[in-house]
Amino acid sequence: MRYAMAIDTRKCVGCSDCVIACQTENNVPLGYCRDWITETVDGSYPNVEIELRSERCNHCDNSPCVRCCPTGASHIVEGGVVLVEHGLCIGCGACIQSCPYDARYSHPEGWVDKCTFCNHRVTKGEKPACVSVCPTKCMYFGDLDDPNSEISNALKNRKHKVLAPEAGTKPHIFYLI
Amino acid sequence: MKEELFISGRDIPNIDPFLHIWHWQIPIYLYLGGLAAGILFFSSLFTIMGKEKEMPTTVKWGPFLVPGALVLGLFMLFLDLKHQMYFWRLYLTVRFESPMSWGAWVLMFITPLSFVWVASYIRELIPSWNWKYKWLEKAETWVINNRLIMAWAIIFLAVILGIYTGILLSAFNARPLWNNSILGPLFLVSGMSTGVAAVMWMSKSHHERKILSRIDLLLILIELFFITHMIMGALAGSQVMIQAAELFIGGDFTVSFWVFVIVLGLLFPATLEILELFGYKIPVAIPAFLILLGGLIFRFIMVEAGQLTRYLY
Repeated sequence: MRYAMAIDTRKCVGCSDCVIACQTENNVPLGYCRDWITETVDGSYPNVEIELRSERCNHCDNSPCVRCCPTGASHIVEGGVVLVEHGLCIGCGACIQSCPYDARYSHPEGWVDKCTFCNHRVTKGEKPACVSVCPTKCMYFGDLDDPNSEISNALKNRKHKVLAPEAGTKPHIFYLI
Repeated sequence: MKEELFISGRDIPNIDPFLHIWHWQIPIYLYLGGLAAGILFFSSLFTIMGKEKEMPTTVKWGPFLVPGALVLGLFMLFLDLKHQMYFWRLYLTVRFESPMSWGAWVLMFITPLSFVWVASYIRELIPSWNWKYKWLEKAETWVINNRLIMAWAIIFLAVILGIYTGILLSAFNARPLWNNSILGPLFLVSGMSTGVAAVMWMSKSHHERKILSRIDLLLILIELFFITHMIMGALAGSQVMIQAAELFIGGDFTVSFWVFVIVLGLLFPATLEILELFGYKIPVAIPAFLILLGGLIFRFIMVEAGQLTRYLY
């Protein structure tokens, strides 16, 4: 099993619903967030292209955060999901420094926090909070190992990219372009 | 032209628009670690070479700085932790892939060893010193008899400690300025150079100072060579590496790096040491102080500048 997410940059309108849903579902402290929207403007007027991306932890296969963690607090569970064990985290910041996606932050309680792919929902067969609320249905989540899953189909039919592939992290958030 | 905007509520003032999670504690920690590694390296080296009499400050008195430096350095690391009450978790696991893990373990071994090393010389410094307990006196005799073995252990650990202060940074793929393999040797040599400068400043023997000054000169040359390679390597690298190097060439850190690290921290003290070799009288405090300060500023700049560099997408 390998969980992944695909986000359609042509459907996304940047409404930030995924951000609010995540904050509510995961009780993210005020002023922080585990996912966010990036707007990239490319070109110069009048020939500009705008890309909207909902970004979060990429749950990488070759995850530098897990490698750098001195205590084993950052770890990978079934489905390739990268999680942080609060009781093991010493808050040294090594994983924050090692993440090319700036996906981690220091929780006010001291440990490092990040997107969990809503593991508590996914293990019950539900979709992550961000995916389930998206009003344009631009996000797809599922098991890459299952050729008939929503995500496998989305990736089969569309051109897609990942962020900073040159970092060698083998990220698992795909952007349909 | 490419612009990137965050439009959501990612409101983390300490992180956006760039990640800046490490502050002043980390460069001080790296500096003290390098300094301690440098002093211990030469102390054990001259012990192994059997030159205790010729180099008394290097072997015996210099190391008195080490336990304090290591304890203060570890305290700095502790201050930097955000989940401080869980720091002991470091010592419940060994993770070879994580430099911070094996660095913490090396410190766990080298810190007590440095205390023992210093304790074995304390009676020579304070002749009236009394250990109070018989077993402590016995332990002292045992340590003095086994100094050579200890020197081998310390020299090995000191090299790892010195390299670790650089590898701690270079392991982070996401910070292009740090992510180069020369940073480990560079921080080792820089740490050794500051260690030698500290001992040189303490030494009262003209002969010993002269030997240390020559060693230091060599270390400075190696350091300059490594820094040149670091910048050349980055300029020959990918876009993110070039941008990292440009922080020092026209970027925000140009003045502080070239003036305080290269000129005042390396070239000027090296010139003074060369002049001294030719017989000019120069107070040892001037080159020693400049080298020590240059090393500290170097670490501050590397830690600050590294956190400005990142992947672009």
